[in-house]
Amino acid sequence: MAKVIIYGEIKAGKLKKTAFELASEGRKLADGLGGELAAVLIGSGAEQFAPDLARYGVDVVYVVEGAGLESYNSEYYAQALCQVVKEKQPEIVLLTHTMQGKDLAPRAAAKLGVASISDCLSFELDGGKLVGKRPMYAGKCYATWTATSTPQFATARPNVLETKETPKEGKVEKIAFAPDTARPSYTTKELNLDTSGKVDLTEAEIIVSGGRGMGGSDYTLLEEMASIFGPTCTVGASRAAVDAGWRPHSDQVGQTGKTVTPNLYVACGISGSIQHLAGMGSSKVIVAINKDTEAPIFTKADFGIVGDLFKVVPEFNKELKTLLAE
Amino acid sequence: MKSLVCLKQVPDTETQIKVNPDGTGIVTDGIKYIINPYDEFSVEEGLRLKEKFKAGEVLILSIGPDRATEAIRTALAMGADRGIHVKDPALNQADPFTIAQVLAAAAKQGEFDVIFCGQRAIDDDFGEVGPMLAELLGLPQVTFVTKVTVADDKKSAIVEKDVEGGKEIVEVQLPCVLTSQKGLNEPRYASLPGIMKAKKKPIDVKTAADLGVSVEAKLASTAYSMPPERSAGKKFEGLEPAEAAKIVVQALRNEAKVI
Repeated sequence: MAKVIIYGEIKAGKLKKTAFELASEGRKLADGLGGELAAVLIGSGAEQFAPDLARYGVDVVYVVEGAGLESYNSEYYAQALCQVVKEKQPEIVLLTHTMQGKDLAPRAAAKLGVASISDCLSFELDGGKLVGKRPMYAGKCYATWTATSTPQFATARPNVLETKETPKEGKVEKIAFAPDTARPSYTTKELNLDTSGKVDLTEAEIIVSGGRGMGGSDYTLLEEMASIFGPTCTVGASRAAVDAGWRPHSDQVGQTGKTVTPNLYVACGISGSIQHLAGMGSSKVIVAINKDTEAPIFTKADFGIVGDLFKVVPEFNKELKTLLAE
Repeated sequence: MKSLVCLKQVPDTETQIKVNPDGTGIVTDGIKYIINPYDEFSVEEGLRLKEKFKAGEVLILSIGPDRATEAIRTALAMGADRGIHVKDPALNQADPFTIAQVLAAAAKQGEFDVIFCGQRAIDDDFGEVGPMLAELLGLPQVTFVTKVTVADDKKSAIVEKDVEGGKEIVEVQLPCVLTSQKGLNEPRYASLPGIMKAKKKPIDVKTAADLGVSVEAKLASTAYSMPPERSAGKKFEGLEPAEAAKIVVQALRNEAKVI
């Protein structure tokens, strides 16, 4: 029997790579408990992803098919996930802390009468119990949490857990689902996804971010830098820039926006308030460009340039272009 | 239009968080508290719905120690009608499921068209209470909501929500649970007359037992710790922009190896 079940998120007909992060982590936990690792995929045709999951250590893939699962929907997906959990009785259920995971995990956990340890950065087993380490106060401190009831639910922050290949069989088992329509849900009228290929802030490897120092809504210089870095880079903003109406709220990095963990964070014209530093302080490398030498951002930056961003960024872009062209 | 707004009082975003010496929690001395920013959007949206339909009520429901009264009063000063304050030491540091159980029990004592929660509270950052409350009440949920248009018959609403890389527009039957996201609205400030009036608005104080909930923790925190300290690296000052840019770009490749 599966001791650990992971939920693989399928977006626009593709299995998200966060599923491999969960599979790699789930493998370790299942080995620790001496049991199988299973993945739940929802929607018909999802068995096509079984070989990919098997590569990352999944013993068996449960493919749930039935009415109401054509596209993501909180209630029916939660019902489907819970049906598998009730049938297979795993000790641990892992999801990713993506927009969908944030919507699904708590609803499913509540159906089973448990809470979820959300947004974990790492996991370990302590006496056979799951321990999740997670940031709180947007990363101003961390705490470890355990579940006091079963199943133990948790979500993992995307792009943090390491992937590791451990080839397994990846058997497929289909599970038929019929929704309980007495439980009301919503109906999707329109789904407007950004087709520009812009990567979400929480998944970007490089973020170029602008603050009050941008002086207005013209972010051309930063967008130029992002395009030089390539498709894994995206543009973010500080709360000051968002509140001024220069950038959409979805671009906001910080305690009341998104907490981000890219490899490289380039802060342009951002002074570095406590709530902003909390949201980006776990970035691997931080570059700050600011004309105020006293700006708090410099206390966290690996590389700081004191100067006018409108003079520095064009030179930075020029250098970057030359280097990356080599 | 009757709205129930679930509200949490949290440390101000500019608070420096420090873990206490035995690692069991944070140092709370000297913290300035505010309404969770996402809950403030909820209060505003509830008020706007009441104004639009020119009828109804906005009820504030908060779980917290004595100090949470200030947050409820602030919401009442913004224009909400009355408050319920669930004050129970057993609920300090309670997990999201327990919190949702208490909120659900309180919500069941009234009838509401819309129940608002913030998409998460910016202190513990669990982000679970809204969907859990919806599940426990058997209601549909729409999370990360940035726009709400309630139909004239108050039976359904068209709701815009954030999804990864875009927006989704859904139709939902009322009653429902909505979780507020930044972008939903610009919360109003409490006016001076509002503050005066709020002093006389009723706040009902209850315990978990009053609501028929026996508290049984589903999660336990073990050790709090501070994130690894980040120290200042190299700062280049007084250089020509071209020179500084060159040094840093080279360093990103050769030293930091991130590009």
